[in-house]
Amino acid sequence: MNIHEYQAKQIFAKYGVPTPRGIIANTPLQAVTNAQELGGSVWVVKAQIHAGGRGLGGGVKLARSIDEVKELASEILGMTLVTHQTGPEGKLVQKVYIEEGAAIADELYLSVVLDRAAEMPIIMASTEGGMDIETVAHETPEKIIKIQVDPAIGFQAYHGRELVFGLGITDKNEQRKMIDFASKLYKLYMENDAEMIEINPLIKTESGDFMALDGKMGFDDSALGRHPDIEDMRDISEEDPDEREASQHGLSYIALDGEIGCMVNGAGLAMGTMDTINYMGGTPANFLDVGGSANAETVAKGFEIILKNPKVKAIFVNIFGGIVRCDRIANGILEATKMVDVNVPVIVRLDGTNAPEAAEILKNANIDNVIAATDLGDGAAKAVAAAKGE
Amino acid sequence: MSILVNKDTKVIVQGFTGKEGSFHAEQCMDYGTNIVGGVTPNKGGQTHLGKPVFNTVKDAVATTGATVSMIFVPPAFVADAVMEAADAGIELAVIITEGAPVRDMQMAKAHAVKNNMKTIGPNCPGIITAEECKIGIMPGMIFKKGNVGLISKSGTLTYEGANQVCNEGFGITTAVGIGGDPIIGLSYKQLLQEFQDDAETEAIVMIGEIGGDLEIQAAAYIKDNITKPVVAFIAGQTAPAGKRMGHAGAIISGSAGTAKEKMDALEAAGVKVVISPAEIGKAVKEVLS
Repeated sequence: MNIHEYQAKQIFAKYGVPTPRGIIANTPLQAVTNAQELGGSVWVVKAQIHAGGRGLGGGVKLARSIDEVKELASEILGMTLVTHQTGPEGKLVQKVYIEEGAAIADELYLSVVLDRAAEMPIIMASTEGGMDIETVAHETPEKIIKIQVDPAIGFQAYHGRELVFGLGITDKNEQRKMIDFASKLYKLYMENDAEMIEINPLIKTESGDFMALDGKMGFDDSALGRHPDIEDMRDISEEDPDEREASQHGLSYIALDGEIGCMVNGAGLAMGTMDTINYMGGTPANFLDVGGSANAETVAKGFEIILKNPKVKAIFVNIFGGIVRCDRIANGILEATKMVDVNVPVIVRLDGTNAPEAAEILKNANIDNVIAATDLGDGAAKAVAAAKGE
Repeated sequence: MSILVNKDTKVIVQGFTGKEGSFHAEQCMDYGTNIVGGVTPNKGGQTHLGKPVFNTVKDAVATTGATVSMIFVPPAFVADAVMEAADAGIELAVIITEGAPVRDMQMAKAHAVKNNMKTIGPNCPGIITAEECKIGIMPGMIFKKGNVGLISKSGTLTYEGANQVCNEGFGITTAVGIGGDPIIGLSYKQLLQEFQDDAETEAIVMIGEIGGDLEIQAAAYIKDNITKPVVAFIAGQTAPAGKRMGHAGAIISGSAGTAKEKMDALEAAGVKVVISPAEIGKAVKEVLS
């Protein structure tokens, strides 16, 4: 689960990680009140969406007067912001964060993520703040410092020294401030079961203080149960409504661009089914894993969600029953055809536990647009042909 | 021959009396697995499925001499169960549970390694030595005895792969589902070596997916250490970047972790890479003839 910048900064503040002061607003009027409350003469109006590249997309702007705050807030609120991370359809901006201006002397980069190879958290830092870090990693990898922190010992002073010397910070006072910053960030990463924290840029102010000018946080979905405060930060308007509806029914669904709807058990086989459709010259319309406890209702729900997509010309149901029993899936397909108007050909491949019973159920039902397939290759080929109207 | 487990392996079940634990323990026993007991706190002294229940893993090991534990406890308690098994002297823990927090698994895995306990999973179908010992949730009937070893991140692709191998007239020595989480126990490298050392295994099927770099590491390892033929499939060639494809670990970050990158590395290491899982059976036939 991801959260907004302003929410990440609330967590930072709780742990004493310095950030500029700011207040969230839903309306231009509120934006003005917030700016007045913050005081000063320069404010930043920042669109709050779950995607990077907001500045380049026109979602982050500097205001030098209260009138300008109002003007910019009116402009940004309600706009559809397109960045390299939103996809071409963009994202609707529903909230703006009004933040006090900061006097920037230097821009750095700092993040904490899981190093999957080392199986421990890693702190990454760079002097190239404000740049796309993927680009920095690609073009000048020597400018990225990586420090693994073994959770068994936690963040130690030597980790801090590696960090400040790596960043070329020589002033002892600044060294102390940066080490303190990083140690607090590591602490909040661990205590909140974060998956990643990224601060880009982390600024040094003209007075020699370090501050998180931006903040991006993602959390381990499996650990949200023990963090109700973070679960409360979930913004459902940021989630795809179909994906969300699917997950409420125990289905894992992701929409794609193609024409063949897929309903599969298991994430690996679901991806493998998409790959096979592609290999046979078709295009998958979605990823859909019905999970280990599929029944008639979940299958019907799956059909319903797949068929919401008008591009779908055929559906390929590919089940290798282990925990999922094929007869239950077969009954689910029958139920689904009663509950949902399935108006495209459905190619069904059921293998594994109780497959013969399932075949019998489907044969006896004798539904027009249900086509049986013998194996994965056969099913994918039939689905591709059906989508082409052959 | 086989790897890691066989008909003589003594297995206990942690989370023995729960719904999932009971159902799958019974299925495993029906398959022939030598389950010698289980652990459920506060139910020590009872009998479940005809086997003794213990309060702690230490008690279970002391009484039964078990060396392997199959773990079915709920996600929030998985790390605790794994560490308890490691401290009790269990040699291999097979962790079936899905949804264990990543931070917990970092700690549990580190503790297991320190105590020389091997782990498989979490979020995996388990391990099966065909017609001898099933420790997990896979449908046993599709695994016919034979000479092909199988390693897979995905449960259902394990079944798909094994089924095709058997339909081509071959069979399986041992199949291992290593799990789809960001932090897992035994991985391709160690298992490839186990199969390399197993006299009965003549070819290896390796099924991977997008995310992380385990398959890239495996490719380098195969090049230097594995002489038996390897067939590989990587799921997620058509997956969009930045989206989590069902498994917690299946996500392409930036340009890293793509299927193509992994397929290229494996191909360069001399592995027979197939584009669709529907080709696994045929490819095995090809490398074995």
